[in-house]
Amino acid sequence: MNKKQKNMLARILAALVCLIIVKIAEKSIPFWWLQLALYMIPYLIVGWDVLRKAVKGIKNHQVFDECFLMTVATLGAIAVGIYDGIHTGSGDYLEAVAVMLLYQVGELFQSIAVGRSRRNISELMDIRPDYANLEEDGEVSRVDPDEVEVDSVIVVNPGEKIPLDGVVLSGESMLNTAALTGESVPRAARPGDTVLSGCINENGVLRIRTTAEFDESTASKILDLVENAAARKSRSENFISQFARWYTPLVCYAALALAVLPPVFLAITGREVQLFTWIYRACTFLVISCPCAVVISIPLTFFAGLGGASNQGILIKGSNYLETLSQVRTVAFDKTGTVTKGNFAVTEVHPAEGFTKEDLLEMAAYAESHSSHPISRSLRQAFGQETELAAVTDVQEISGHGVTAVYKGRNVAAGNEKLMDRLGIVIPEVPETTGTKVFVAAEGKYAGCVVIADEIKPEAKAAMDGLKRAGVRQAVMLTGDASAVAESVAKTVGIDTVRAELLPAQKVEAVEELIRQAAGGAEEDPKRPKVAFVGDGINDAPVLSRADVGIAMGALGSDAAIEAADVVLMDDDPRKIGKAIRISRKCLRIVWQNIIFALGVKGICLVLGAIGAAGMWLAIFADVGVMVLCVLNAVRALFLKNV
Amino acid sequence: MKKTYKIEVDCANCAEKMQVAAKNTPGVKDAVVSFMTLKMKVEFEEGADPAEVMPKVREACRKVEDDCEVYL
Repeated sequence: MNKKQKNMLARILAALVCLIIVKIAEKSIPFWWLQLALYMIPYLIVGWDVLRKAVKGIKNHQVFDECFLMTVATLGAIAVGIYDGIHTGSGDYLEAVAVMLLYQVGELFQSIAVGRSRRNISELMDIRPDYANLEEDGEVSRVDPDEVEVDSVIVVNPGEKIPLDGVVLSGESMLNTAALTGESVPRAARPGDTVLSGCINENGVLRIRTTAEFDESTASKILDLVENAAARKSRSENFISQFARWYTPLVCYAALALAVLPPVFLAITGREVQLFTWIYRACTFLVISCPCAVVISIPLTFFAGLGGASNQGILIKGSNYLETLSQVRTVAFDKTGTVTKGNFAVTEVHPAEGFTKEDLLEMAAYAESHSSHPISRSLRQAFGQETELAAVTDVQEISGHGVTAVYKGRNVAAGNEKLMDRLGIVIPEVPETTGTKVFVAAEGKYAGCVVIADEIKPEAKAAMDGLKRAGVRQAVMLTGDASAVAESVAKTVGIDTVRAELLPAQKVEAVEELIRQAAGGAEEDPKRPKVAFVGDGINDAPVLSRADVGIAMGALGSDAAIEAADVVLMDDDPRKIGKAIRISRKCLRIVWQNIIFALGVKGICLVLGAIGAAGMWLAIFADVGVMVLCVLNAVRALFLKNV
Repeated sequence: MKKTYKIEVDCANCAEKMQVAAKNTPGVKDAVVSFMTLKMKVEFEEGADPAEVMPKVREACRKVEDDCEVYL
């Protein structure tokens, strides 16, 4: 509890003690006005700030809020008490004081609950390093990570958090990446490896050369992302704040009508009018209608959901995306790096007549030497020698086709069938295989084909089953790769539809088509089924941003992916996609439970209050009780281990 | 230009009021207050100086909710 909360608790206790004393002494007080004055002491102790806020709201022309509701309701109840007091010598003020007291208890509870979940969530995301051990001239000193410049050398001892991104200079250790990825298996770090801030060094001492400043380091970026996520409000949240804006004035007018209309009606029809009964009922009505349970529990649910998900290695960039995720019915996948591991290796080499295997690999490796695509890397690996970048000139990358370049005075081309078509080169025979084929030509003559295969991720099949269980109706693979390869991968893992040989721009079109299909012609409908695209974030940024939800996988350390995607999976386990959808479903379920429960109970109590079957006691218990239950229900969104 | 400020406020409704107050301050293009993270994200209008605008935002917030705080 913070100071304000302690203060509030003290006021509540003081008012409670005071109220009990006054209640006991009540019978022996002869005058109604003295009774009133004595009851006013606990009332003002516990409720003065509510009264003040209500007055302030009126002054600022923002009349209708819960303070106003409470003030009017309790003052109304007191007025009824005064009326009784004048006529019978003793009025009932207990209710009004108790209502104010319980209202404040509810507020205090809410404030503590929110503060606690705020702290829980920041503990879940406890990746902010407190210090760095900076090594300068052979001496190690402990400094603020903010002060460490790029290219400094830092020392990380066992048990410490890595404060900044960097490259290991010396030392070997296992790193615990759980805070970043939700993955509990430690990773090995050896000299030359890149390490990310936020990981915990488990056993060895590491000397690290930093490659980023603190603000640009992974830990800071992730924290920033998570903290900003709550600022992107979901439709449900906006709906609730809109709702509160018209709901509160509405119930105030309804209460006014309840106080005035029935007595007028009774008077006209010539029956006996008990004006104060109706005022009392109107006050009860106001107490019940207080909207705080819904207003507080919905943002709390989203916040807890975002925090809980990030603890599982799933970063969701806003409540709005959490909401959209729950409506996803179609998931489109990029193949490489998502369904497959993306660690390509050359499996077959088919030189054409007049070329040797070595020739072929050399040309392919050099032609692709400027590219960082996994295919190019595997070609260079198979070639086995360092490629000199300067040996290649006039490199032209033709997106979705391949590259042409000049190497050793020869025009070399390496790419897919489309590239060969484009260059007018006839491929004599295509080897029957399911790998990715890179065709090579030299001086306009076909030189051969290199087959590169990729490994399917072992979790891919389970991931597809998980998606189906999460309610996804259609899984689609969009890939630039050849159809034969794509089909065989899709069949193995259980993807329904394949769109192969797509250029990057065509992937965007394919996603747009899926959106149109899912919408069934009603694209503007916010409730339509949504389409998610999952990619590795390296070259599919446009597709990620075009889909309703862009999900980047294995994004740990890739800034571009974190930038472009709406949901970032920190490790490359595709099962997390289904999990993210299930998490979003759980959150939305809680949100709707709370909305229906709170409004349902209030609706029933409003009716009971209006017909006089429920008094103010029931009203305040309904209000505070519903709020407590809704907040507790909202906090469930934090616990997502077994979702 | 966008900037994020730490804030202190007690209730969700008050945070909502602060958001409206901040939005209506001259020089502010848009403002989002998150009660959950206790952060205020302010987007300034072209050419507006945050150092000049923010005290006014704080003042406007104080007017609607006097025990709130915006850390500049």
